[in-house]
Amino acid sequence: MIVPTIRSPGREFWRRFQRQRVAMVSLVVIIVLVGAAFLAPWIAPYDQATPDYDALLEGPSLVHWAGTDSYGRDILSRMIWGGQVSLTVGFLSVVLGCVVGVALGIISGFFGGWLDGLIMRTIDVMLAFPGILPAIAVVAILGPGIVNVIYAIALSAVPVFARLVRGTTLALKETLYVQASRSIGVSRPKLMLRHILPGTLPAVIVYASLRMGTSILTAAALSFIGLGAQPPSPEWGAMLSDGRSYLGVADHITIFPGLAILITVLAFNLLGDGLRDALDQKLR
Amino acid sequence: MFEYLLRRLAGTVPVLLAVSLFVFAFVHLLPGDPARMVAGQDASYEQVENVRKELLLDRPLWEQYIRYLDQMAHLQLGRSIKTHEPVATMIGQRFMPTFWLTVVSMIWAVIAGVGLGVLSGVWRGGVADRLAAGGAILGISFPSFWLGLLMMDMFSVRLGWLPTGGYGTWGHFVMPAFTLGSAVAAVMARFTRSAYIEVAQEDYVRTARSKGVPERGVIWTHTLRNALIPVITLTGLQFGFLLGGAIVVETVFAWPGLGRLLIDSVSFRDYPVIQAEILLFAVEFVLINLIVDLLYGMVNPEIRLK
Repeated sequence: MIVPTIRSPGREFWRRFQRQRVAMVSLVVIIVLVGAAFLAPWIAPYDQATPDYDALLEGPSLVHWAGTDSYGRDILSRMIWGGQVSLTVGFLSVVLGCVVGVALGIISGFFGGWLDGLIMRTIDVMLAFPGILPAIAVVAILGPGIVNVIYAIALSAVPVFARLVRGTTLALKETLYVQASRSIGVSRPKLMLRHILPGTLPAVIVYASLRMGTSILTAAALSFIGLGAQPPSPEWGAMLSDGRSYLGVADHITIFPGLAILITVLAFNLLGDGLRDALDQKLR
Repeated sequence: MFEYLLRRLAGTVPVLLAVSLFVFAFVHLLPGDPARMVAGQDASYEQVENVRKELLLDRPLWEQYIRYLDQMAHLQLGRSIKTHEPVATMIGQRFMPTFWLTVVSMIWAVIAGVGLGVLSGVWRGGVADRLAAGGAILGISFPSFWLGLLMMDMFSVRLGWLPTGGYGTWGHFVMPAFTLGSAVAAVMARFTRSAYIEVAQEDYVRTARSKGVPERGVIWTHTLRNALIPVITLTGLQFGFLLGGAIVVETVFAWPGLGRLLIDSVSFRDYPVIQAEILLFAVEFVLINLIVDLLYGMVNPEIRLK
Protein backbone atom coordinates (compact mmCIF):
# COMPACT_ATOMS: atom_id res chain seq x y z
CA MET A 1 0.00 0.00 0.00
CA ILE A 2 1.29 3.41 -0.89
CA VAL A 3 0.87 5.94 1.85
CA PRO A 4 0.88 9.48 0.44
CA THR A 5 3.30 11.64 2.37
CA ILE A 6 1.74 14.91 3.36
CA ARG A 7 4.21 17.37 4.80
CA SER A 8 3.07 20.06 7.13
CA PRO A 9 2.87 23.39 5.26
CA GLY A 10 5.15 24.97 7.84
CA ARG A 11 7.87 22.40 7.35
CA GLU A 12 7.47 22.53 3.58
CA PHE A 13 7.85 26.30 3.73
CA TRP A 14 10.97 26.08 5.89
CA ARG A 15 12.50 23.56 3.47
CA ARG A 16 11.94 25.91 0.52
CA PHE A 17 13.12 28.91 2.49
CA GLN A 18 16.37 27.20 3.52
CA ARG A 19 17.24 26.61 -0.12
CA GLN A 20 17.37 30.36 -0.70
CA ARG A 21 20.89 31.15 0.29
CA VAL A 22 20.59 34.94 0.01
CA ALA A 23 17.54 35.01 2.25
CA MET A 24 19.22 32.71 4.78
CA VAL A 25 22.27 34.98 4.90
CA SER A 26 19.95 37.97 5.36
CA LEU A 27 18.25 36.23 8.26
CA VAL A 28 21.63 35.62 9.91
CA VAL A 29 22.61 39.27 9.32
CA ILE A 30 19.36 40.42 10.94
CA ILE A 31 19.91 38.13 13.94
CA VAL A 32 23.45 39.52 14.35
CA LEU A 33 22.20 43.14 14.08
CA VAL A 34 19.42 42.56 16.60
CA GLY A 35 21.83 40.74 18.91
CA ALA A 36 24.41 43.54 18.67
CA ALA A 37 21.78 46.23 19.29
CA PHE A 38 20.47 44.59 22.44
CA LEU A 39 23.89 43.64 23.78
CA ALA A 40 25.02 47.26 23.23
CA PRO A 41 25.76 47.95 26.92
CA TRP A 42 28.20 45.01 26.95
CA ILE A 43 29.74 45.00 23.51
CA ALA A 44 30.07 48.71 22.66
CA PRO A 45 33.78 49.46 23.13
CA TYR A 46 33.19 52.98 24.47
CA ASP A 47 30.41 54.94 26.09
CA GLN A 48 28.48 56.36 23.13
CA ALA A 49 27.68 59.67 24.82
CA THR A 50 31.00 60.60 26.42
CA PRO A 51 32.93 63.20 24.45
CA ASP A 52 36.70 62.88 24.14
CA TYR A 53 38.18 66.24 23.22
CA ASP A 54 41.60 64.67 22.64
CA ALA A 55 40.22 62.53 19.82
CA LEU A 56 38.10 64.79 17.61
CA LEU A 57 37.20 63.70 14.06
CA GLU A 58 39.74 60.86 14.10
CA GLY A 59 39.64 58.48 11.16
CA PRO A 60 39.21 54.72 11.57
CA SER A 61 42.07 53.16 13.56
CA LEU A 62 42.72 50.21 15.84
CA VAL A 63 41.62 52.32 18.81
CA HIS A 64 38.41 53.61 17.20
CA TRP A 65 37.44 51.11 14.51
CA ALA A 66 34.97 53.49 12.83
CA GLY A 67 36.68 56.71 13.92
CA THR A 68 35.28 59.45 16.12
CA ASP A 69 32.84 62.31 15.50
CA SER A 70 33.13 66.04 16.07
CA TYR A 71 32.81 65.55 19.85
CA GLY A 72 35.33 62.72 19.87
CA ARG A 73 32.62 60.14 20.51
CA ASP A 74 33.34 56.61 19.25
CA ILE A 75 31.30 56.08 16.07
CA LEU A 76 31.20 52.28 16.27
CA SER A 77 29.73 52.46 19.78
CA ARG A 78 27.19 55.00 18.61
CA MET A 79 26.26 52.80 15.65
CA ILE A 80 25.67 49.83 17.95
CA TRP A 81 23.44 51.91 20.21
CA GLY A 82 21.81 53.50 17.18
CA GLY A 83 20.82 50.03 16.02
CA GLN A 84 18.64 49.78 19.12
CA VAL A 85 16.82 52.95 18.10
CA SER A 86 16.40 52.06 14.42
CA LEU A 87 15.35 48.45 14.96
CA THR A 88 12.95 49.34 17.77
CA VAL A 89 11.34 52.11 15.74
CA GLY A 90 11.10 49.83 12.70
CA PHE A 91 9.67 46.93 14.68
CA LEU A 92 7.14 48.88 16.73
CA SER A 93 5.87 50.90 13.79
CA VAL A 94 5.45 47.80 11.62
CA VAL A 95 3.69 45.88 14.40
CA LEU A 96 1.38 48.80 15.14
CA GLY A 97 0.62 49.48 11.47
CA CYS A 98 0.20 45.77 10.81
CA VAL A 99 -2.24 45.14 13.68
CA VAL A 100 -4.44 48.09 12.74
CA GLY A 101 -4.20 47.36 9.01
CA VAL A 102 -4.97 43.65 9.37
CA ALA A 103 -7.93 44.36 11.65
CA LEU A 104 -9.36 46.91 9.19
CA GLY A 105 -8.73 44.59 6.24
CA ILE A 106 -10.47 41.59 7.81
CA ILE A 107 -13.44 43.65 9.03
CA SER A 108 -13.74 45.31 5.62
CA GLY A 109 -13.56 42.07 3.66
CA PHE A 110 -15.67 40.04 6.05
CA PHE A 111 -18.61 42.37 6.56
CA GLY A 112 -18.62 44.06 3.15
CA GLY A 113 -21.38 46.57 2.46
CA TRP A 114 -21.22 50.14 3.72
CA LEU A 115 -18.55 49.34 6.31
CA ASP A 116 -16.28 48.00 3.57
CA GLY A 117 -17.03 51.09 1.47
CA LEU A 118 -16.22 53.44 4.33
CA ILE A 119 -12.97 51.70 5.28
CA MET A 120 -11.74 51.37 1.71
CA ARG A 121 -12.55 54.98 0.79
CA THR A 122 -10.66 56.11 3.90
CA ILE A 123 -7.72 53.99 2.77
CA ASP A 124 -7.93 55.59 -0.69
CA VAL A 125 -7.68 59.02 0.89
CA MET A 126 -4.70 57.94 3.01
CA LEU A 127 -3.00 56.71 -0.16
CA ALA A 128 -3.54 60.11 -1.77
CA PHE A 129 -0.74 61.46 0.42
CA PRO A 130 2.40 60.27 -1.36
CA GLY A 131 5.50 58.71 0.14
CA ILE A 132 6.88 60.22 3.31
CA LEU A 133 4.21 62.95 3.36
CA PRO A 134 1.72 61.29 5.78
CA ALA A 135 4.58 60.74 8.22
CA ILE A 136 5.59 64.39 7.96
CA ALA A 137 1.98 65.48 8.47
CA VAL A 138 1.76 63.42 11.65
CA VAL A 139 5.05 64.83 12.92
CA ALA A 140 3.78 68.34 12.10
CA ILE A 141 0.76 67.70 14.34
CA LEU A 142 2.39 65.78 17.18
CA GLY A 143 5.78 67.51 17.05
CA PRO A 144 9.22 66.07 16.23
CA GLY A 145 10.64 63.18 18.23
CA ILE A 146 11.29 59.51 17.93
CA VAL A 147 8.07 58.29 19.60
CA ASN A 148 5.95 60.38 17.25
CA VAL A 149 7.93 58.97 14.35
CA ILE A 150 6.73 55.50 15.37
CA TYR A 151 3.09 56.62 15.14
CA ALA A 152 3.78 58.47 11.91
CA ILE A 153 5.35 55.48 10.18
CA ALA A 154 2.77 53.08 11.58
CA LEU A 155 0.04 55.21 10.05
CA SER A 156 1.62 55.08 6.60
CA ALA A 157 1.86 51.27 6.85
CA VAL A 158 -1.85 50.81 7.63
CA PRO A 159 -3.26 51.15 4.06
CA VAL A 160 -0.86 48.59 2.60
CA PHE A 161 -1.80 45.91 5.13
CA ALA A 162 -5.50 46.74 5.03
CA ARG A 163 -5.71 46.35 1.24
CA LEU A 164 -3.67 43.18 1.20
CA VAL A 165 -5.68 41.50 3.96
CA ARG A 166 -9.03 42.60 2.57
CA GLY A 167 -8.24 40.86 -0.70
CA THR A 168 -7.25 37.61 1.02
CA THR A 169 -10.29 37.80 3.31
CA LEU A 170 -12.65 38.11 0.35
CA ALA A 171 -11.15 34.93 -1.13
CA LEU A 172 -11.08 33.03 2.15
CA LYS A 173 -14.68 33.96 2.99
CA GLU A 174 -15.86 31.87 0.05
CA THR A 175 -13.76 28.78 0.85
CA LEU A 176 -15.54 25.59 1.84
CA TYR A 177 -14.16 25.41 5.37
CA VAL A 178 -15.23 28.93 6.24
CA GLN A 179 -18.66 28.39 4.71
CA ALA A 180 -18.96 25.09 6.61
CA SER A 181 -17.95 26.71 9.91
CA ARG A 182 -20.45 29.43 9.32
CA SER A 183 -23.21 26.94 8.56
CA ILE A 184 -22.73 25.15 11.90
CA GLY A 185 -23.10 28.48 13.66
CA VAL A 186 -19.54 29.55 14.51
CA SER A 187 -19.70 33.13 15.75
CA ARG A 188 -18.46 35.93 13.53
CA PRO A 189 -15.56 37.05 15.75
CA LYS A 190 -14.38 33.43 15.95
CA LEU A 191 -14.72 33.02 12.17
CA MET A 192 -12.54 36.08 11.65
CA LEU A 193 -9.93 35.28 14.27
CA ARG A 194 -9.65 31.50 14.04
CA HIS A 195 -10.54 30.73 10.44
CA ILE A 196 -9.66 33.77 8.33
CA LEU A 197 -6.81 35.49 10.19
CA PRO A 198 -4.39 32.50 9.97
CA GLY A 199 -4.94 32.33 6.21
CA THR A 200 -3.93 35.94 5.74
CA LEU A 201 -0.74 35.63 7.78
CA PRO A 202 1.73 34.32 5.17
CA ALA A 203 1.28 37.35 2.92
CA VAL A 204 1.25 39.63 5.97
CA ILE A 205 4.60 38.25 7.14
CA VAL A 206 6.19 38.85 3.72
CA TYR A 207 4.90 42.41 3.67
CA ALA A 208 5.95 43.00 7.26
CA SER A 209 9.52 42.05 6.40
CA LEU A 210 9.61 44.33 3.35
CA ARG A 211 7.91 47.01 5.41
CA MET A 212 10.60 46.78 8.12
CA GLY A 213 13.10 47.92 5.49
CA THR A 214 10.89 50.81 4.37
CA SER A 215 10.13 51.86 7.94
CA ILE A 216 13.76 51.90 9.03
CA LEU A 217 14.59 53.92 5.92
CA THR A 218 11.76 56.40 6.57
CA ALA A 219 12.69 56.78 10.23
CA ALA A 220 16.30 57.47 9.28
CA ALA A 221 15.16 59.98 6.65
CA LEU A 222 12.97 61.81 9.17
CA SER A 223 15.81 61.97 11.67
CA PHE A 224 18.15 63.13 8.92
CA ILE A 225 15.90 66.07 8.03
CA GLY A 226 15.60 66.90 11.72
CA LEU A 227 12.06 65.69 12.42
CA GLY A 228 12.89 62.40 14.14
CA ALA A 229 15.45 61.50 16.76
CA GLN A 230 17.05 64.67 18.06
CA PRO A 231 20.83 65.27 18.25
CA PRO A 232 22.55 63.65 21.10
CA SER A 233 20.62 60.45 20.15
CA PRO A 234 22.87 58.04 18.22
CA GLU A 235 20.12 57.33 15.65
CA TRP A 236 21.73 56.49 12.30
CA GLY A 237 19.93 59.16 10.28
CA ALA A 238 20.75 61.82 12.88
CA MET A 239 24.42 60.74 12.84
CA LEU A 240 24.49 61.12 9.06
CA SER A 241 23.05 64.59 9.33
CA ASP A 242 25.87 65.41 11.73
CA GLY A 243 28.46 64.13 9.25
CA ARG A 244 27.15 66.41 6.54
CA SER A 245 29.22 69.31 7.90
CA TYR A 246 32.45 67.32 7.69
CA LEU A 247 32.34 66.02 4.11
CA GLY A 248 35.85 65.93 2.71
CA VAL A 249 37.30 66.43 6.22
CA ALA A 250 35.98 63.39 8.07
CA ASP A 251 34.07 61.21 5.60
CA HIS A 252 33.86 58.29 8.00
CA ILE A 253 31.17 60.10 10.03
CA THR A 254 28.98 59.95 6.93
CA ILE A 255 30.07 56.59 5.58
CA PHE A 256 29.63 54.23 8.55
CA PRO A 257 26.12 55.12 9.75
CA GLY A 258 24.92 55.09 6.13
CA LEU A 259 26.42 51.66 5.67
CA ALA A 260 24.56 50.48 8.78
CA ILE A 261 21.25 51.71 7.34
CA LEU A 262 21.95 50.16 3.95
CA ILE A 263 22.91 46.75 5.36
CA THR A 264 19.89 46.61 7.67
CA VAL A 265 17.39 47.68 5.03
CA LEU A 266 18.95 45.40 2.42
CA ALA A 267 18.75 42.43 4.80
CA PHE A 268 15.06 42.97 5.49
CA ASN A 269 14.26 43.45 1.79
CA LEU A 270 16.16 40.32 0.77
CA LEU A 271 14.53 38.38 3.59
CA GLY A 272 11.12 39.57 2.42
CA ASP A 273 11.90 38.52 -1.17
CA GLY A 274 13.05 35.10 0.03
CA LEU A 275 9.96 34.61 2.17
CA ARG A 276 7.75 35.55 -0.75
CA ASP A 277 9.46 33.14 -3.11
CA ALA A 278 9.29 30.35 -0.53
CA LEU A 279 5.60 30.98 0.02
CA ASP A 280 4.57 31.32 -3.58
CA GLN A 281 6.50 29.65 -6.34
CA LYS A 282 4.39 31.33 -9.00
CA LEU A 283 5.76 34.76 -8.29
CA ARG A 284 9.24 33.99 -9.56
CA MET B 1 -13.56 57.35 -24.27
CA PHE B 2 -15.56 60.44 -23.32
CA GLU B 3 -17.75 58.43 -21.00
CA TYR B 4 -14.68 56.91 -19.39
CA LEU B 5 -13.24 60.37 -18.92
CA LEU B 6 -16.40 61.55 -17.17
CA ARG B 7 -16.59 58.47 -14.98
CA ARG B 8 -12.97 58.81 -13.94
CA LEU B 9 -13.36 62.54 -13.24
CA ALA B 10 -16.44 61.85 -11.12
CA GLY B 11 -14.45 59.32 -9.13
CA THR B 12 -11.74 61.86 -8.37
CA VAL B 13 -14.05 64.47 -6.85
CA PRO B 14 -14.91 62.55 -3.62
CA VAL B 15 -11.23 61.78 -3.03
CA LEU B 16 -10.28 65.43 -3.46
CA LEU B 17 -13.08 66.48 -1.10
CA ALA B 18 -11.94 63.96 1.49
CA VAL B 19 -8.36 65.15 1.14
CA SER B 20 -9.45 68.74 1.63
CA LEU B 21 -11.50 67.68 4.66
CA PHE B 22 -8.42 66.09 6.20
CA VAL B 23 -6.24 69.11 5.54
CA PHE B 24 -9.01 71.33 6.90
CA ALA B 25 -9.18 69.18 10.05
CA PHE B 26 -5.40 69.50 10.40
CA VAL B 27 -5.59 72.79 12.32
CA HIS B 28 -8.17 71.30 14.67
CA LEU B 29 -5.99 68.25 15.36
CA LEU B 30 -3.23 70.42 16.78
CA PRO B 31 -2.92 70.20 20.54
CA GLY B 32 -4.15 73.35 22.26
CA ASP B 33 -5.89 76.39 20.82
CA PRO B 34 -5.64 76.28 17.00
CA ALA B 35 -5.79 80.08 16.71
CA ARG B 36 -2.86 80.38 19.15
CA MET B 37 -0.91 77.69 17.26
CA VAL B 38 -1.45 79.39 13.90
CA ALA B 39 -0.71 82.88 15.22
CA GLY B 40 2.51 81.69 16.86
CA GLN B 41 3.44 81.24 20.52
CA ASP B 42 4.49 84.83 21.08
CA ALA B 43 1.56 86.49 19.33
CA SER B 44 -0.44 89.06 21.30
CA TYR B 45 -4.05 88.50 22.39
CA GLU B 46 -5.31 90.74 19.58
CA GLN B 47 -3.30 88.86 16.96
CA VAL B 48 -4.68 85.54 18.19
CA GLU B 49 -8.23 86.89 18.04
CA ASN B 50 -7.58 88.26 14.53
CA VAL B 51 -6.41 84.85 13.38
CA ARG B 52 -9.49 83.32 14.99
CA LYS B 53 -11.65 85.65 12.94
CA GLU B 54 -9.59 85.26 9.78
CA LEU B 55 -9.75 81.46 9.93
CA LEU B 56 -13.38 81.65 11.09
CA LEU B 57 -12.47 79.51 14.08
CA ASP B 58 -15.33 81.15 15.98
CA ARG B 59 -17.90 79.86 13.47
CA PRO B 60 -19.54 76.40 13.33
CA LEU B 61 -17.32 73.69 11.76
CA TRP B 62 -19.43 73.13 8.67
CA GLU B 63 -19.37 76.85 7.87
CA GLN B 64 -15.60 76.91 8.40
CA TYR B 65 -15.19 74.04 5.97
CA ILE B 66 -17.35 75.62 3.26
CA ARG B 67 -15.42 78.88 3.59
CA TYR B 68 -12.17 76.94 3.56
CA LEU B 69 -13.11 75.29 0.25
CA ASP B 70 -14.08 78.67 -1.15
CA GLN B 71 -10.73 80.17 -0.12
CA MET B 72 -8.81 77.23 -1.61
CA ALA B 73 -10.70 77.61 -4.87
CA HIS B 74 -9.53 81.22 -4.98
CA LEU B 75 -5.99 80.30 -3.95
CA GLN B 76 -6.32 82.30 -0.74
CA LEU B 77 -3.97 80.21 1.35
CA GLY B 78 -3.35 82.67 4.18
CA ARG B 79 -0.06 84.13 5.30
CA SER B 80 3.09 82.55 6.64
CA ILE B 81 3.68 82.96 10.38
CA LYS B 82 7.41 83.19 9.81
CA THR B 83 7.69 85.66 6.92
CA HIS B 84 4.13 87.08 6.78
CA GLU B 85 4.25 86.58 3.01
CA PRO B 86 1.13 85.19 1.33
CA VAL B 87 1.50 81.39 1.26
CA ALA B 88 0.37 81.29 -2.37
CA THR B 89 3.31 83.48 -3.39
CA MET B 90 5.80 81.36 -1.45
CA ILE B 91 4.50 78.17 -3.00
CA GLY B 92 4.45 79.78 -6.44
CA GLN B 93 8.17 80.57 -6.18
CA ARG B 94 9.03 77.06 -5.05
CA PHE B 95 6.83 75.15 -7.44
CA MET B 96 8.92 75.14 -10.62
CA PRO B 97 12.20 73.92 -9.07
CA THR B 98 10.41 70.91 -7.58
CA PHE B 99 8.47 70.33 -10.78
CA TRP B 100 11.65 70.22 -12.88
CA LEU B 101 13.46 68.10 -10.33
CA THR B 102 10.74 65.44 -10.38
CA VAL B 103 10.46 65.54 -14.18
CA VAL B 104 14.21 65.14 -14.77
CA SER B 105 14.36 62.41 -12.10
CA MET B 106 11.49 60.60 -13.74
CA ILE B 107 13.13 60.72 -17.17
CA TRP B 108 16.27 59.19 -15.68
CA ALA B 109 14.22 56.60 -13.77
CA VAL B 110 12.24 55.55 -16.86
CA ILE B 111 15.31 55.27 -19.11
CA ALA B 112 17.36 53.34 -16.55
CA GLY B 113 14.50 51.32 -15.09
CA VAL B 114 12.74 50.26 -18.28
CA GLY B 115 16.08 49.69 -20.02
CA LEU B 116 17.40 47.41 -17.29
CA GLY B 117 14.04 45.69 -16.94
CA VAL B 118 13.85 44.84 -20.63
CA LEU B 119 17.48 43.67 -20.71
CA SER B 120 16.87 41.30 -17.83
CA GLY B 121 13.59 40.15 -19.34
CA VAL B 122 15.19 39.35 -22.71
CA TRP B 123 18.19 37.59 -21.17
CA ARG B 124 16.27 36.05 -18.31
CA GLY B 125 18.55 34.14 -15.93
CA GLY B 126 21.70 35.46 -17.62
CA VAL B 127 24.49 37.58 -16.22
CA ALA B 128 22.74 40.85 -17.16
CA ASP B 129 19.58 39.67 -15.41
CA ARG B 130 21.41 38.82 -12.21
CA LEU B 131 23.35 42.09 -12.20
CA ALA B 132 20.16 44.05 -12.81
CA ALA B 133 18.34 42.16 -10.05
CA GLY B 134 21.18 42.90 -7.64
CA GLY B 135 21.27 46.54 -8.71
CA ALA B 136 17.50 46.82 -8.28
CA ILE B 137 17.40 45.48 -4.73
CA LEU B 138 20.35 47.69 -3.86
CA GLY B 139 18.59 50.71 -5.38
CA ILE B 140 15.45 50.05 -3.33
CA SER B 141 17.43 49.67 -0.10
CA PHE B 142 19.84 52.59 -0.58
CA PRO B 143 19.03 55.59 1.65
CA SER B 144 18.61 58.45 -0.84
CA PHE B 145 20.09 61.02 1.54
CA TRP B 146 23.18 58.86 1.99
CA LEU B 147 23.59 58.40 -1.76
CA GLY B 148 23.28 62.17 -2.10
CA LEU B 149 25.96 62.83 0.51
CA LEU B 150 28.34 60.23 -0.97
CA MET B 151 27.99 61.75 -4.43
CA MET B 152 28.43 65.23 -3.05
CA ASP B 153 31.58 64.09 -1.26
CA MET B 154 32.96 62.56 -4.44
CA PHE B 155 31.94 64.93 -7.22
CA SER B 156 31.74 68.27 -5.43
CA VAL B 157 34.11 68.19 -2.49
CA ARG B 158 36.87 65.98 -3.92
CA LEU B 159 36.67 66.38 -7.69
CA GLY B 160 34.97 69.76 -7.81
CA TRP B 161 33.00 68.82 -10.93
CA LEU B 162 29.52 69.64 -9.73
CA PRO B 163 28.02 72.28 -7.41
CA THR B 164 27.21 70.96 -3.90
CA GLY B 165 23.73 72.38 -4.00
CA GLY B 166 21.42 75.11 -5.14
CA TYR B 167 19.49 75.61 -8.33
CA GLY B 168 20.21 77.21 -11.68
CA THR B 169 22.24 75.39 -14.30
CA TRP B 170 22.12 71.84 -15.68
CA GLY B 171 24.99 70.97 -13.40
CA HIS B 172 22.75 71.53 -10.41
CA PHE B 173 20.35 68.87 -11.64
CA VAL B 174 22.77 65.98 -12.07
CA MET B 175 23.19 64.78 -8.50
CA PRO B 176 19.72 65.53 -7.11
CA ALA B 177 17.96 63.96 -10.08
CA PHE B 178 20.21 60.90 -10.04
CA THR B 179 19.69 60.49 -6.29
CA LEU B 180 15.95 60.94 -6.45
CA GLY B 181 15.40 58.85 -9.58
CA SER B 182 17.53 55.85 -8.70
CA ALA B 183 15.16 54.22 -6.21
CA VAL B 184 12.33 54.65 -8.71
CA ALA B 185 14.53 53.20 -11.48
CA ALA B 186 15.05 50.13 -9.30
CA VAL B 187 11.32 49.65 -8.75
CA MET B 188 10.65 50.14 -12.46
CA ALA B 189 13.35 47.67 -13.47
CA ARG B 190 11.81 44.93 -11.32
CA PHE B 191 8.32 45.66 -12.54
CA THR B 192 9.26 45.92 -16.24
CA ARG B 193 11.14 42.62 -16.02
CA SER B 194 8.12 40.73 -14.67
CA ALA B 195 5.76 42.46 -17.12
CA TYR B 196 8.07 41.51 -19.99
CA ILE B 197 8.37 37.89 -18.88
CA GLU B 198 4.62 37.61 -18.49
CA VAL B 199 3.93 38.90 -22.00
CA ALA B 200 6.73 36.77 -23.47
CA GLN B 201 4.77 33.67 -22.39
CA GLU B 202 1.62 34.71 -24.24
CA ASP B 203 0.36 32.60 -27.13
CA TYR B 204 0.61 35.43 -29.65
CA VAL B 205 4.31 35.84 -28.96
CA ARG B 206 4.87 32.11 -29.54
CA THR B 207 2.76 32.33 -32.71
CA ALA B 208 4.79 35.28 -33.96
CA ARG B 209 8.01 33.40 -33.35
CA SER B 210 6.76 30.19 -34.97
CA LYS B 211 5.58 31.94 -38.11
CA GLY B 212 9.11 33.26 -38.57
CA VAL B 213 9.05 36.83 -37.31
CA PRO B 214 12.70 37.76 -36.72
CA GLU B 215 13.69 37.80 -33.03
CA ARG B 216 14.14 41.56 -33.07
CA GLY B 217 10.55 41.97 -34.27
CA VAL B 218 9.28 39.55 -31.66
CA ILE B 219 10.98 41.54 -28.92
CA TRP B 220 10.10 45.05 -30.12
CA THR B 221 6.69 44.74 -31.70
CA HIS B 222 5.05 41.77 -30.07
CA THR B 223 6.44 41.68 -26.56
CA LEU B 224 7.73 45.07 -25.58
CA ARG B 225 4.81 47.12 -26.76
CA ASN B 226 2.38 45.09 -24.73
CA ALA B 227 4.66 44.77 -21.72
CA LEU B 228 5.01 48.54 -21.45
CA ILE B 229 1.31 49.21 -20.96
CA PRO B 230 1.23 48.35 -17.23
CA VAL B 231 4.50 50.26 -16.86
CA ILE B 232 2.56 53.47 -17.61
CA THR B 233 0.45 52.98 -14.49
CA LEU B 234 3.51 52.32 -12.40
CA THR B 235 5.10 55.51 -13.69
CA GLY B 236 2.14 57.48 -12.36
CA LEU B 237 2.28 55.83 -8.96
CA GLN B 238 6.01 56.42 -8.75
CA PHE B 239 5.49 60.12 -9.38
CA GLY B 240 3.98 60.17 -5.92
CA PHE B 241 7.10 58.53 -4.58
CA LEU B 242 9.21 61.18 -6.32
CA LEU B 243 7.16 64.00 -4.82
CA GLY B 244 7.66 62.46 -1.39
CA GLY B 245 11.32 61.69 -2.02
CA ALA B 246 11.93 65.24 -3.23
CA ILE B 247 11.25 66.41 0.32
CA VAL B 248 14.36 64.56 1.53
CA VAL B 249 16.58 65.10 -1.51
CA GLU B 250 15.88 68.85 -1.60
CA THR B 251 17.10 69.04 2.00
CA VAL B 252 20.36 67.31 1.07
CA PHE B 253 21.10 69.54 -1.92
CA ALA B 254 19.70 72.84 -0.60
CA TRP B 255 17.21 72.82 -3.48
CA PRO B 256 14.85 75.83 -3.29
CA GLY B 257 11.72 73.74 -3.77
CA LEU B 258 8.48 72.78 -2.07
CA GLY B 259 10.04 69.95 -0.10
CA ARG B 260 12.58 72.08 1.70
CA LEU B 261 9.93 74.72 2.32
CA LEU B 262 7.79 72.01 3.95
CA ILE B 263 10.61 70.84 6.23
CA ASP B 264 11.47 74.39 7.22
CA SER B 265 7.80 75.06 7.94
CA VAL B 266 7.42 71.95 10.07
CA SER B 267 10.49 72.89 12.10
CA PHE B 268 9.15 76.41 12.54
CA ARG B 269 5.55 75.23 13.10
CA ASP B 270 4.42 77.52 10.27
CA TYR B 271 0.99 75.90 10.06
CA PRO B 272 -0.58 77.87 7.17
CA VAL B 273 2.35 76.84 4.96
CA ILE B 274 2.29 73.20 6.15
CA GLN B 275 -1.44 72.98 5.52
CA ALA B 276 -1.21 74.43 2.03
CA GLU B 277 1.75 72.22 1.12
CA ILE B 278 0.12 69.00 2.28
CA LEU B 279 -2.97 69.88 0.28
CA LEU B 280 -0.89 70.71 -2.79
CA PHE B 281 1.12 67.47 -2.67
CA ALA B 282 -2.01 65.35 -2.28
CA VAL B 283 -3.93 67.16 -5.02
CA GLU B 284 -0.97 66.90 -7.39
CA PHE B 285 -0.68 63.19 -6.73
CA VAL B 286 -4.40 62.58 -7.25
CA LEU B 287 -4.34 64.57 -10.52
CA ILE B 288 -1.26 62.73 -11.81
CA ASN B 289 -3.02 59.44 -11.14
CA LEU B 290 -6.05 60.73 -12.99
CA ILE B 291 -3.94 61.68 -16.02
CA VAL B 292 -2.18 58.32 -15.96
CA ASP B 293 -5.47 56.46 -15.80
CA LEU B 294 -6.74 58.47 -18.78
CA LEU B 295 -3.59 57.70 -20.76
CA TYR B 296 -3.98 54.09 -19.82
CA GLY B 297 -7.53 54.14 -21.06
CA MET B 298 -6.30 55.56 -24.35
CA VAL B 299 -3.73 52.82 -24.98
CA ASN B 300 -5.80 49.98 -23.57
CA PRO B 301 -9.46 49.98 -24.73
CA GLU B 302 -10.25 47.06 -22.41
CA ILE B 303 -9.92 49.35 -19.37
CA ARG B 304 -12.33 52.04 -20.47
CA LEU B 305 -15.05 49.53 -21.28
CA LYS B 306 -15.02 47.97 -17.80
